[in-house]
Amino acid sequence: MPKVTFTCALQRFLPVASSQVEGATIADALAEVFAENPLLRGYVLDDQGALRRHVVVYVKGGAAVGRVKLADPVAASDEVFVFQALSGG
Amino acid sequence: MVERLLVGTRKGLFELARHNGHWDIAEAHFLGDPVSSVYEGNDGTALAALDLGHFGAKLWRREKGVDWREVPAPLFPAKPEDAKDDPHPWSLGKIWVIEDGGIDGRLWAGTMPGGLFRSDDNGESWALIETLWRMPERLKWMGVAGGEQPGINSVLIDPRNPADIRVGVSTAGLWASTDEGASWSLINEGMYNEYMPPDLSGDPISQDIHRLARCAAHPETMWCQHHNGVFHSQDAGAHWQEVTAIKPSKFGFAVAAHPHDSKTAWFVPAVKDERRIPCDGKVVVSRTRDGGESFEILNKGLPQRHAYDLVWRHALTVDESGDVLAFGSTSGGLWISEDGGDSWTMPEARLPPIAVVRFAA
Repeated sequence: MPKVTFTCALQRFLPVASSQVEGATIADALAEVFAENPLLRGYVLDDQGALRRHVVVYVKGGAAVGRVKLADPVAASDEVFVFQALSGG
Repeated sequence: MVERLLVGTRKGLFELARHNGHWDIAEAHFLGDPVSSVYEGNDGTALAALDLGHFGAKLWRREKGVDWREVPAPLFPAKPEDAKDDPHPWSLGKIWVIEDGGIDGRLWAGTMPGGLFRSDDNGESWALIETLWRMPERLKWMGVAGGEQPGINSVLIDPRNPADIRVGVSTAGLWASTDEGASWSLINEGMYNEYMPPDLSGDPISQDIHRLARCAAHPETMWCQHHNGVFHSQDAGAHWQEVTAIKPSKFGFAVAAHPHDSKTAWFVPAVKDERRIPCDGKVVVSRTRDGGESFEILNKGLPQRHAYDLVWRHALTVDESGDVLAFGSTSGGLWISEDGGDSWTMPEARLPPIAVVRFAA
């Protein structure tokens, strides 16, 4: 199962912890985390479900390409990192 | 007399208290985070809107005597296929203003990109007023304030009738509903602007309402600090007359209306839009007590040499008595008057840039 890890910068606002989730895409993996932690969704995604402008997701050694549908595939051995982007200051 | 003042800044929310005639910071909340709006109701329930650079707009709620707790922020519905030509995002940019709805538990929130939201449970949950959001004219709303998004900066409820609502938009004029938001019309006749081609200068939807204020005891009296000057209405915003006596300049963002005296209002003028600094480096408040026929410059206790403080839309307020005022600036200046603006004192603090000030009971 892929592992999802969030920037520690979020800890100031709400509890977040790394977790092992099901899911074959970034969207699926994140959806499972958000089901357990609904307020976290709004920190990562905008109202339409796209990645926030100044949030970045890394998987397989690179930034996720699909920022709207988050359809980049993830494998069971992957770790998904959700970080704040430097573009946000 | 009011005893507390909430000050929302670029780096946190500061809560001032009055002790022995002096105002001082009693508590600081959300240190490091931009606060875009703050509200506290008569029951002591407070709301603080954060505008987080990376993580979006957030809303925190505090019941009297209890710690702050995050609640779901207003959320836009899924953008339909037929809205592809909408120039504005269907996603919350920031919460710009929160106002009491005049009914137990009811609050209104004005936002960027121009969504008006209503809560009927004292801020626990919010619903978009889709009737306004889906007006075809909304596609013509223009972005402001260094961003691409239009914003609702003022929500005025008629104290006699909570179904009667006036909404001020930068930039889309003044919208009115008399049926709790079920239907809307654009009503600001008489305003004009100097930033559009001449044939569009009076176009109601292109009027940049910086801020609206209304006299609580005489709600038909309204004041507007517009991008191009000061306007006055005596029929609840349907018709406006320019107030040309305003001095030292007609540009500014903030306005406060006296809660009882319909002829008294306060403004904080600045050099007009290209520069946005106080005239001659002097921070002053401009007060009328005769319905805009004349103005007094109030400067006692305010910096009068090389001061470059700009006062944003929500950073001037008056209490329910009309005697106590406060305003805060982009340079972190904060001044309080307890004599209707005749004299001002500054609490001992060097604050971050101030977005909003609001008295609390």
